[in-house]
Amino acid sequence: MIDFVNQYLIPALVLGSIYALGAIGVSMIYAILRFAHFAHGDLMATGAYIGLLVVWVLDATPLAELSVNVRLLIGLPLAFAGTAAVAILIDRLFYKPFRRAKSMIVVVIASFGVALMLRSLVQLFFGVDVINYADGIQFPLKMFQPLRILERHIYIVVVAIALMLVLHYFLTRTRTGKAMRAMSDDADLARVSGINTERVVIWTWILGGGLVAVAGVFLGMDTRLVPTMGWDMLLAVFAAAILGGLGQPYGAIAGGLIIGAMEELSTYPWIGDGPLVPPDYKTAVAFAVMVLMLIFRPQGLFRGRVL
Amino acid sequence: MEIYGLFLFAVGFLTMAMIYAVASLGVNINWGFTGLFNVGVAGFFAVGAYSSAVLTAPESVHHIGGFGLPVPVGILAAMVLAALVAWPVGKICLRLRSDYLAIATIGIAEILRLTFRNYQPLGGGPFGVNNIPRPFESLPTPWDQIAFLLLVVAIVGVILFLVQRAWTAPWGRVLRAIRENEDAAEAAGKDVEKFRLQAFILGSALMGLFGALMAHYVKIISPEGTEPLLVTFLPWVMLIVGGAGNNRGAVVGAILVWGLWTMTELLTGRLPDDWALRVGYLRIFLIGLLLQVVLQKFPGGLLPERPPTVPRD
Repeated sequence: MIDFVNQYLIPALVLGSIYALGAIGVSMIYAILRFAHFAHGDLMATGAYIGLLVVWVLDATPLAELSVNVRLLIGLPLAFAGTAAVAILIDRLFYKPFRRAKSMIVVVIASFGVALMLRSLVQLFFGVDVINYADGIQFPLKMFQPLRILERHIYIVVVAIALMLVLHYFLTRTRTGKAMRAMSDDADLARVSGINTERVVIWTWILGGGLVAVAGVFLGMDTRLVPTMGWDMLLAVFAAAILGGLGQPYGAIAGGLIIGAMEELSTYPWIGDGPLVPPDYKTAVAFAVMVLMLIFRPQGLFRGRVL
Repeated sequence: MEIYGLFLFAVGFLTMAMIYAVASLGVNINWGFTGLFNVGVAGFFAVGAYSSAVLTAPESVHHIGGFGLPVPVGILAAMVLAALVAWPVGKICLRLRSDYLAIATIGIAEILRLTFRNYQPLGGGPFGVNNIPRPFESLPTPWDQIAFLLLVVAIVGVILFLVQRAWTAPWGRVLRAIRENEDAAEAAGKDVEKFRLQAFILGSALMGLFGALMAHYVKIISPEGTEPLLVTFLPWVMLIVGGAGNNRGAVVGAILVWGLWTMTELLTGRLPDDWALRVGYLRIFLIGLLLQVVLQKFPGGLLPERPPTVPRD
């Protein structure tokens, strides 16, 4: 039992939190801008590598004595802000010219191009090799014995929950958040009611880009950094957003947790001795869920938009 | 001897450009004709490349095979198998709107690539399939390459002739009608789902052919060779630069973009090794930028789509 919790449930919660942070952005961008943003995975990688820069810079300061996890927590706001700025810039340069286009599919094509441009920049500056934020093995915290909970697991889950609460406050209590929900329900109505839609768009990129950057740093913390890390996450993040219902930020959170759990739990030996799904094919689980959803319940669990 | 080297280089360049033209024409049937956003080229490429490779390559300890079938049989099988894989995918996904089709085709492609990488008996896993025969390779040196180029040119010529016929034929007109206004096509009594599926399968078969030709040309196929950047993204950029909906544009785009790709490689090749590797990524950036510029400034591409002139009788 304890093994099941240690080897499957804890990783599932961690991975699910990371997916959820990514899926919120995909869902919100779809709600506000009406297109599937395929560069979202590579924005995640951008955030992760900004985190790496922070770790490197802090190495040269007295703060180098802090553990790498703490240095990354210091780096989180920078990764959030930096990636949000990159996202806004990308929107200005490559997506905004198509805002009034008849079909949004051209923006999807543009976002493919952006995905590769971002990845090539990461490869140009950081190379293609796998990089770790820190070398060495991290040990489970003693106070939770016999549970195997690492320091980073706590940071990831706690910060993810905190960010989701802030998001909830933002969407329900602030003017901008309400404007965002209004625009997601009916963009034209929002515009004639005097809502500054371009401002809402900017906030969408701040939240979407910032949250996915945090997801990227966490993914790098939990595994390793590699330029294709974002692209490899894309399918799972989209599956989570679709599962939760596109345009539903809360649905995206639930979707992320479910997809994370299903990927991890799929390798548990439910039937017989071997893993139910070989770990090499874990990605296929997210995909299978997505295809089933597309066929049977395209609006998602939480009544999102049907594409 | 300088000129001879240049000549061989040109032959190699054109061969690759023509192989890519097959993919670009396939994307055109999907996107240019019918408006299907298929970004899973890498998956159908992999199916085509591996099936033709396994059927024709000599026996190996790393994968099933040793069939040693003639190359044309392998190429034909590649197209048929790619079409067979496309059929259920299309059946499930074509009802959905284009964004979803994009996600679903990416997913299929990733899973196919995952399978080829991890399931060794099928395609040698990380080892890939080696010693794939290339047609005419027994000829003396310049002639083997020239003959292969002529073969690829002939294949592109035949495809171009056929798709151009399809473009002006009633079939092509129905596809365009579906692309422009699905409801109107439906109201006119066209079986939208059937036509879409046909276009999807036909385009995917060409992507399978693309894979097979590439496998026979470079004589090796491994998981790295199915990288979506090279086999999904480049054909798409070629079509958009050349002009979506224009078959000749697809071929012109393939030559131009492959030219740009090769030229930047020549330039970076002169840099020191460490830098060459890194600056190599800059050209991916440039290709991405080219795509953005064409999308914004020349939405029709170099050779914009022209509706066929229908002869009056």
